Amino acid sequence: MSRTPAAFSRRLYELLSSMRFAVSLLTVLAIASVIGTVLKQNEPYNNYLAQFGQFWFPVFKALGLYAVYHSAWFLLILAFLVTSTSLCIMRQAPGMLKEMRSFRVNAREASLRQFAHHHIAHTALTTVDAAARARDYLATQGYAFRIRARDDAQGRSLLIAGRAGTGNRLGYLFAHSAIVLICIGGLLDGDLPLKAEMLLGAKKAADINLPFNQIGAESRLDTDHWSYRGNLFLPEGKRGNIAVINVDDGGLLQPLPFTVELKRFNVDFYSTGMPKRFASDIVIIDGDKRIERTVEVNKPVEYRGVTLYQASFDDGGSKLKLQPWYFSANPAAKPIDTEVGAATSMDGNKLRAEITGFRAFNVEDMTSPDVSKNTADKNSLAILNRQLGNASPAQRTLKNVGPSFSYKLRNDTGQAREYNNYMLPITQDGRQFFMSGMRESPADDFRYLRIPADTDGKPDTWFALRAEMLSDKDRALIARRFAIAAMHGPDISETMRTRLSLTAERTLQMFAAGGFDSIGTFINGTVPAEEREKAADVFVRVLQGCAWEALQLTRQNQHQKPLDMDSAHADFVRDSINAISDSFRYGAPVWLALDSFDQVQASVLQVTRSPGRNIVYLGCALLVAGVCFMLYVRERRLFVLLKDSGEVLIAYASNRRTLDDEREFSRHRDALTRLFEDDA
Amino acid sequence: MTLSDAKHHPVLNRPLDCFAIMLLAAGALFAFTRYASFMDSYEQVILLAVTLIFATLAWKWRGLRNLFVGVAVLALSGISLYHADLARAEQNFFLKYFLASQTAIGWMCALFVFATFAYWLGLLAKSEFAEKTGSALTWAAVLMGATGMCVRWYESYLIGADIGHIPISNLYEVFVLFCLITALLYLHYEKRYATRKLGAFVLLVIAAAVGFTLWYSFTREAQEIQPLVPALQSYWMKIHVPANFIGYGAFSLAAMVGVAWLLAARGTLASRLPPLVVMEDLMYKAIAIGFAFFTLATILGALWAAEAWGTYWQWDPKETWALIVWLNYAAWLHLRLTKGLRGAVLAWWAVIGLLVTTFAFLGVNMFLSGLHSYGTL
Ligand code: HEM
Repeated sequence: MSRTPAAFSRRLYELLSSMRFAVSLLTVLAIASVIGTVLKQNEPYNNYLAQFGQFWFPVFKALGLYAVYHSAWFLLILAFLVTSTSLCIMRQAPGMLKEMRSFRVNAREASLRQFAHHHIAHTALTTVDAAARARDYLATQGYAFRIRARDDAQGRSLLIAGRAGTGNRLGYLFAHSAIVLICIGGLLDGDLPLKAEMLLGAKKAADINLPFNQIGAESRLDTDHWSYRGNLFLPEGKRGNIAVINVDDGGLLQPLPFTVELKRFNVDFYSTGMPKRFASDIVIIDGDKRIERTVEVNKPVEYRGVTLYQASFDDGGSKLKLQPWYFSANPAAKPIDTEVGAATSMDGNKLRAEITGFRAFNVEDMTSPDVSKNTADKNSLAILNRQLGNASPAQRTLKNVGPSFSYKLRNDTGQAREYNNYMLPITQDGRQFFMSGMRESPADDFRYLRIPADTDGKPDTWFALRAEMLSDKDRALIARRFAIAAMHGPDISETMRTRLSLTAERTLQMFAAGGFDSIGTFINGTVPAEEREKAADVFVRVLQGCAWEALQLTRQNQHQKPLDMDSAHADFVRDSINAISDSFRYGAPVWLALDSFDQVQASVLQVTRSPGRNIVYLGCALLVAGVCFMLYVRERRLFVLLKDSGEVLIAYASNRRTLDDEREFSRHRDALTRLFEDDA
Repeated sequence: MTLSDAKHHPVLNRPLDCFAIMLLAAGALFAFTRYASFMDSYEQVILLAVTLIFATLAWKWRGLRNLFVGVAVLALSGISLYHADLARAEQNFFLKYFLASQTAIGWMCALFVFATFAYWLGLLAKSEFAEKTGSALTWAAVLMGATGMCVRWYESYLIGADIGHIPISNLYEVFVLFCLITALLYLHYEKRYATRKLGAFVLLVIAAAVGFTLWYSFTREAQEIQPLVPALQSYWMKIHVPANFIGYGAFSLAAMVGVAWLLAARGTLASRLPPLVVMEDLMYKAIAIGFAFFTLATILGALWAAEAWGTYWQWDPKETWALIVWLNYAAWLHLRLTKGLRGAVLAWWAVIGLLVTTFAFLGVNMFLSGLHSYGTL
């Protein structure tokens, strides 16, 4: 085996340009691509840290799994693909171009007899006549041909060499160079050049939550940077000319060659509440030119080589007036004027409220389960019947439940919980609640605190009831009143009443310590398993009774008439107890109610400059043409060798063997044989 | 020109075909004069292109010609029975039991299942009659399915003028499309290769798709027509989606032929199935068609993405899986050209290709999230 460098590079060249290598590459690339679809890409690093833990997070990061398609190893596979395809073209092209031009007029009789498709016929015609007929035939069949007379050891003969479908080879060249073009174009538009710049230290990602004027030159790109994709955040009425490019866990600033002003952001809805159209009315300001345009989903606007797309939308700093309701004894706090994106400190600087979002309306599906078509009806005929007819959707009750806003409450240790509150009470099962969702991390669902609204549609009653029910001062009084109400009549002894009163007081005390949870812990610790359910039932009844008394007490304190016990009030009491218990797990000493708002929307436009796009599109056009030529044009060769002896050799071959060859050959064979027999 | 000339004239001696194409042209003209103002220029071009493509196909394939006429008659009857009132689907007998979209698609499902049984009976009992019944049932299923889709298109406009759209926008609709396209591709090869033996295999995938469609609509109410989200409101959808599904359909067909090949190569059913070379050839033809259309579809998708999302390629899971499918079949085509590799490897590869394709088509929507998640489960 030779070990010279020349021989080595020769073998490497042959390997890289071989078909087997191509198959392996395509397979490897396919498998590598799977990884990035399984793991969500380009998420904030914190999410991955939470998902994989301290140990694996850096390992996966080093492997580039958070941005597989931009990782060095993936790009290396692509580089192999480009190299291998290029080498393959280099290797094949000369031969193919020669083949495309050649008619193989020098084909020897012996080799024609080796063709899988050949046939020997005889003719009584003169060679000249037969040749004329053969020529006409080939021409009508779309074959180009050359004629060569020869005189050799086998005698005098005439070879008509026909050729059709040269497009097949052209197809190969087109399709394979298309692969190279597409990869190169994609590379130009990708973030590789930017990454290289960053790696060389010329640029550094900055924290993009900072105001732009605090971000230094090392994180700013040139206005005429040749390729980028960034986001331009524009509140209504504002203008901007700096886009943010997200890289790694931060961003770079991309100044634009013009300024964009957002006049208005429009969202249209279908009657179902689904969004129908997102559109930004913008003005492009370029020197003294003002150009009004509308950017819409599927309708981007291009200006000076930069394309603007409707990417998403956001709040642009809506003004909110919030009323804090503290769960502690003194709820009457001053309202707060704030806006989305701003932060306010509260509760004597112990808390910071960061307002994160606002929605002017929320459309909810209020269809009760039995109205929806998907009923519990298990009768198969009825089920089938529902599938017949037209495909219009079941009638849904959709309702706009009004505005909502979201915020984070950060305590003095820096920990934050997320909240999502609705402005108006929402009707559930015929009762009205102020809904406030809480979650500890973005990965969780919101858990809702449902504060029952009173008959005035206000939260006041619940807050008063909560304070009363949990107060140390009135606990004994409430318990006593409950015991009296629960046990009256001549045959009840005072000791029994006192016992009940003491039980109620203990229950209230436990409830005040942590809601149902602490009562549950108590039951689990003291009551045998079989009796727990019954015990829990008793406790709940005691609580309900006490809550009723507490409610009456708050009314008495406010000089209002006592309430009559009816089902609405019973519901209110029950809901109140649930909400009080949930309030222990609310994670905040305060609930923020939205008093009023002034909405300001913002549009997020994606701004792109992609110089590689046209190369990619050219590649795509070549690819389609190439694939069609390769798969649907077969290169075919038909030889007719006319010998002076009257013997005719018909031979046929194509560069792709399929059953079509069988058919085509038989057709030509029969037609030609007939032509040569015919003496008319 | 004399009458005897007309007999030999390549066009005039096919009066029925001429007539059908004139009907098609008249329909297109009617659509154009009446609705051109509701279409953008791209959609007008698509209308013209579709008319030409349908005319060519009808000219080349008589079965398809009859299908077009049949679908036109049934769909137009359905539409006229509606009197522009959705509620008539419940009141009118013909609508409720034949022509309203859900019913028609229901018929399609049933007929495909019957066709599957007929083909299997034909294969196992070597009964040509059963096989012919299978073909007829498959044609009937396609007729009902296509009618259902047309009527569904119309119904969507009855729900709301702004809601109306071509029924290829969610998982339910494309599943029906998949059944139709796969069946038509199969019928084409059935005629081309003059064998009905493979119907038993190909109809199995269609029956599986029917099963899924039924499950999906019975449990998830997936058949309901929903309005289009803004990203889907584009003429691109009208070409990207069908091109994709020709690809998926052809790949599935190739895989089922692959299964038949593998069985026959082991001696199972070998005497009943076509020769191995024929199946190999068919597999290649199907993958070639699929590959060409899938290439086109992926490129159209990239062009659309460039318009809707601002980049022609961003490694979204659906995009990536389309690439994986495409690479897989590119590898298959190369493998076929590699010397000394034929038969079993190719057949297995085609069968595994179906798994990859199914994941790209369905699995991505079920398990992965991304921009394409319009039809989630
Ligand atoms: C994504 C990449 C590629 C695609 C989509 C592609 C596509 C194709 C297609 C569709 C065919 C025709 C197959 C047929 O006629 O049945 C073909 C043939 C061929 N490909 Fe590729 N190919 C790719 C990469 C490569 C690479 C990397 C190589 C070489 C290392 C290569 C070498 C060849 C050769 C030699 C032929 C046969 C040409 C002939 O003899 O006419 N291909 N390719």
